[in-house]
Amino acid sequence: MSNVPKTLKYSKTHEWVRKDDDVFTVGITDHAQCMLGDLVYVELPEPEITLEFGQECAVVESVKAAADIYCPLSGEVVEINEALLEHPQLINQDPYGKGWLFRVRPFDNASNELLTPAEYSKQVASEAH
Amino acid sequence: MGKTTPLYECHVKAQAKLVDFAGWDMPLHYGSQLQEHLYVRESAGVFDVSHMTIVDVTGKDTAAFLRYLLANNVDKLSAGKALYTCMLNHQGGIIDDLIVYKMADDFFRLVVNSATHDKDIAWITQEAECYAVHLKERTDLAILAIQGPGISKKLSELFPTIDAAMIAELKPFHAHRMDEWFIARTGYTGEDGFEIMLPLHDAPAFWQKILKTGIMPCGLGARDTLRLEAGLNLYGADMDENVTPFESNLTWTVALEPKERHFIGREALEKQLQQGVLQQLVGLVLEGQGVLRNHQKVRINGSGEGYVTSGSFSPTLKKGIALARVPANMSGLCEVDIRGKYVAAQIVKPPFVRHGKKTF
Repeated sequence: MSNVPKTLKYSKTHEWVRKDDDVFTVGITDHAQCMLGDLVYVELPEPEITLEFGQECAVVESVKAAADIYCPLSGEVVEINEALLEHPQLINQDPYGKGWLFRVRPFDNASNELLTPAEYSKQVASEAH
Repeated sequence: MGKTTPLYECHVKAQAKLVDFAGWDMPLHYGSQLQEHLYVRESAGVFDVSHMTIVDVTGKDTAAFLRYLLANNVDKLSAGKALYTCMLNHQGGIIDDLIVYKMADDFFRLVVNSATHDKDIAWITQEAECYAVHLKERTDLAILAIQGPGISKKLSELFPTIDAAMIAELKPFHAHRMDEWFIARTGYTGEDGFEIMLPLHDAPAFWQKILKTGIMPCGLGARDTLRLEAGLNLYGADMDENVTPFESNLTWTVALEPKERHFIGREALEKQLQQGVLQQLVGLVLEGQGVLRNHQKVRINGSGEGYVTSGSFSPTLKKGIALARVPANMSGLCEVDIRGKYVAAQIVKPPFVRHGKKTF
């Protein structure tokens, strides 16, 4: 069973979101990295760009497949994880830590569309069969 | 649940990620496809490829039948030698690619792909009708491929002393028989290595013995990136019944000499040579960052278009690489449509990597 930390929120499309003061950090879940396999290439959004909820904003590619990343909230990109450009496998090794993708300053705090850890775990379990 | 090899339990215990491959439950990787790939390039890995189909052909017409069935010429073989060849239809299209081993004058062994099992068996059976041959599918044998530069040092731990010495002396595409065991210096990775056919009931113990020597278990994921780096075609991706060997970088596998040898597809191939071969299979190396994928469109100086037949990321070169079918005589630079963006790639002659080193 994949790791779903209790302190985070999740999107249906396998991104996680963590609130750090007024900025939200976004990454992909342990389940997502596990399904993709070894990551070899990451395309991140431009810093300072504005993203809408659900907008395609990044791509992560494994040996096997390419996956689009959908922004789990609306806001402005304030930071990207440049370490991933050289070391995409950080996402495999530490999806909730060193493998974060980008940080967004949201337009409002409403992230109602996001799933709780329990809801996300349930979704992952239902996808497995 | 699909068909399983005798090593299924071993794979499950080793926490392999299993995937369906042509109806078989096969290991994709045992944790990290990249690590497995690099370990084969630097050291040694073992692959369970027991899903592949072995067909033994025996009887007094065996050599005559295979001279007719296959585009390469089995007359090149002496006992204990192997040949890579295509099996063509009458239009020169590739039904499958395979390795044929000569075991004795009237005994040859074919190893064909598992994804094409049914149509291969049907075709071979149909074409064998007028020949005094007997076909026997060897579902009683498993196949393990041990591959990598470190393999030759492990042989003495894997085989009885006298056999190990003989196996160590084998040249590429030569084989050694030990009763029902058959060990050939062949592979699908671009490294030194052996493919071992052995009775199903011997396979689990031998698998454990291999792992004990420090050889790493590797899945079909690494097998695919290794063969792509080695510039080896995958049937169904890089070639099928709609293309000939000339259009698939396999001209070297077609034996047009001697002229009097009549084989299936020969007339069509000769006609194509006369009329001109219009497309070719080439290698692509992405100039920038990114990953090449099957079916991406390739554009060459506005003068022609092609498509990627096998694309991936090369773990050895850390670049996107691919095999692509493009108009004949194209070389230099091209552009690949990666999700709507055209990215520059270099056209090269495969392989990309041979014995661990860049080759283009």
